[in-house]
Amino acid sequence: MAEKKTVIALAGNPNCGKTTLFNSLTGATAYVGNWPGVTVEKRQGTYKNRKNRLTAEVVDLPGIYSLSPYTPEEVVSRDFILNEKPDVVVNILDATNLERNLYMTTQIMEMDVPMVVALNMTDILEKDGVSIDADDLSKKLGCPVVSISALRQSNLDALMMAALKEAGHPRKGKSILSDGTYGKAIDEAKALYEEAGIEHPLFHAIKALENDEKELEANPELVRRCQEILARGSYGDFEADSADQRYQYITGNYVLSRKGKAEEGKEKLSVSDKVDRVLTNRIAAIPIFLVALFLIFHLTFSEDLLYLGKMGVPFSTCFEGNPYFEGLFWTDGGINSLGVILANLLNGITGWIWGSIEKGLAAINTPEWTIGLLGSAINDGFFAVLGFLPQILVLFFFFSLLEDSGYMARVAFVFDRIFRRAGLSGRAFIPMLMGYGCGVPAMVNTRTLNTEKERTATIRVIAFFCCGAKVAAVAAVAAVLASHWGWNSELVGLSMYLVGLLLAVAMVILMHWTTQREKTPPFIMELPAYHAPQPRALAIHIWDKAKGFVKKAATIIILAAIFIWVFSNFTPSWNYIPAMVDEFGQPLPAYEGSILKNICEMISPIFYPLGFGNNLGGQGWALTMASALGLVAKEAVAEALASIAGGTAGIEALVVGSGISLGGLVAFLVFNLTTVPCFAAIATAKAELPKGQLWKTILFWLGTSYVVALFVRLSFDFVWTLAITIPLIVALFVAAYLWYRHACKKEEALAAKEGGEA
Amino acid sequence: MIKTLDSLAIGESGTIVKVHGEGRVRRRLFDMGLTPGADVYLRKKAPLGDPLEITLRGYELSLRKDEAINVEVEMKEGTDNG
Repeated sequence: MAEKKTVIALAGNPNCGKTTLFNSLTGATAYVGNWPGVTVEKRQGTYKNRKNRLTAEVVDLPGIYSLSPYTPEEVVSRDFILNEKPDVVVNILDATNLERNLYMTTQIMEMDVPMVVALNMTDILEKDGVSIDADDLSKKLGCPVVSISALRQSNLDALMMAALKEAGHPRKGKSILSDGTYGKAIDEAKALYEEAGIEHPLFHAIKALENDEKELEANPELVRRCQEILARGSYGDFEADSADQRYQYITGNYVLSRKGKAEEGKEKLSVSDKVDRVLTNRIAAIPIFLVALFLIFHLTFSEDLLYLGKMGVPFSTCFEGNPYFEGLFWTDGGINSLGVILANLLNGITGWIWGSIEKGLAAINTPEWTIGLLGSAINDGFFAVLGFLPQILVLFFFFSLLEDSGYMARVAFVFDRIFRRAGLSGRAFIPMLMGYGCGVPAMVNTRTLNTEKERTATIRVIAFFCCGAKVAAVAAVAAVLASHWGWNSELVGLSMYLVGLLLAVAMVILMHWTTQREKTPPFIMELPAYHAPQPRALAIHIWDKAKGFVKKAATIIILAAIFIWVFSNFTPSWNYIPAMVDEFGQPLPAYEGSILKNICEMISPIFYPLGFGNNLGGQGWALTMASALGLVAKEAVAEALASIAGGTAGIEALVVGSGISLGGLVAFLVFNLTTVPCFAAIATAKAELPKGQLWKTILFWLGTSYVVALFVRLSFDFVWTLAITIPLIVALFVAAYLWYRHACKKEEALAAKEGGEA
Repeated sequence: MIKTLDSLAIGESGTIVKVHGEGRVRRRLFDMGLTPGADVYLRKKAPLGDPLEITLRGYELSLRKDEAINVEVEMKEGTDNG
């Protein structure tokens, strides 16, 4: 094992079947990690050949179109090949789209790294009566070419054998540009890099001639000298000409045999085209998307799937009286959705596990505080958070389905026009919508966005969406608003969904005008053909997600739960507060006199302006505590209220009894829905945000939620304040816009000046 | 006749003659195959009129009018008859 394993890097365009190949090669051994320094997912796994006992490490590089530094993915792939020195690069090509796929091949060829080309999906071509001469391609490219089918797992061992064989033979980079009009300039530039002792001289030389951003950062002096070479000769526009020559070389050499075919394709409507006609239809596209979205959330979260409960069909609760599985499939309110059933099932199982542990511990006379501590860590912490896993996975499953089938790319296409106004591209819409389910996968999804500023803005507003964990808090407060103030609880829920969306839109626009100002990122995106998602890939996707979530729950959440337990079970002088027991013999958390209560009473003045701080009497500190615990996990908001009130049923008495005003209660809800979502979201944001943005983001969340809650409180309790606050808000937006215009003009003037000098 | 790519009507096609623009966007257009000599075909527009969907080099690409305006296209005679 100590011997260094051969490392094989998989590189290729998006949608070329790279991930399928990776999954087929590595099976269940794959694991997902983050790249050091940057935040693009890295998948790594082991390939094992049973017949001849060969093994290799396989690294799945992000799918990219080119080695220019346009997206973080491209930079990562390029840096991996250049710096991590894989033993061999396997370049996967989609044979049905050879022209564009070969473009990057001509770039990888320029690096001094052994290379094998895998020609994927040749079986689809053969069905159409087209074949590609792999031997001829191999001769022209100067590296082995192996025809494979990643989906049907055919010829994969031959590919790996070829790759392992190549791994031992160093290869010198060569460029198809060397034979063209720039041959001499490239030779000169390469000589400069060789002189400087830089590895991969040919690749770097060509990047220097292209005046590539990353190259300029790394070797400014060499790039300057290479640009001088271009200036001396009577050369044209290297950037345009090099891309042009690459494509000319490709069309000249490889796609002649497919030309007649491509013309035909224009007239014949494929299945994909027919599907597309409906899904991106001028009138139907947006309604279809909204319906799809509704169905996804309904299937994940609904507890009245077919609306039978609403229609008044009488139901009895299934497994009535069973302590763990009561109401698993249906309750008297209706039939449960898939997400709810799975969540109930898991909660039943974990409840039974903890119940057994507790009984066992009690039987061997374990001290009460030990049981309490373990209960906090395992049951209230780990299991409670684990309980959200099924719904997150179901939601993730549906979104993966939409993504893998090619529909998400169309959603971005359809909605781009709307999002552009806020300085985002249509793609930013997808992670935002996922935020309605769970912010964690939503933040990870922002990786598909082009610029750091767009990612930062999107990650920040994801926190405002009403995720699954917030629903419990909404339900609890809505119930109080309904019974005490006569509000419609469903309307409360709906408006909380809308508040999140409106706040997100407003904040994205504000950020676009101020801190995240940039030119609206471009939208140049491939629309891949629709295809049926592969169950295997979906399963691996979901398994990865589940593993990551469990790891997080097992670490951060358990720690947080232990802290809370200690703080709520000890007095400031570290005396243990014995647990109380309710009328059913269930232990009740005893907060009276605890450190936690002391701290909450101390910080409650912070919430005074919002109407739920120390202006409340009696157990009013409970709202402060709920809000503080909500920063750890949003489900804790309702949980904390319930545990102080001695059950969900007591929440109304607790809240109303504190003497809270209507404005204070609504502000409490709005604050909790728009503030720091949870520890898991902070951890994810830390991983996904550019360096140094995490603290600003946390302050942004706290600040925004505080201001918005203050506005809500004032508007409800002192309506006259609207006369001041509304003009203030308008003034804020106008000022931000003017500042934006001013900054844009200054930049334009600067650019014009620079242009004039040059 | 030369038009910019954004002014093509749905169903029209042509050959790229020149790509303007600056820096990254231009680079991206090149990388995605929008180079002089490439044939493009305007398939459709998004429901709100923008972005566009074009076919080139055997695949479908979506881009905004703002980006397409940088691409000069020599129109094909009698596009409709193929």
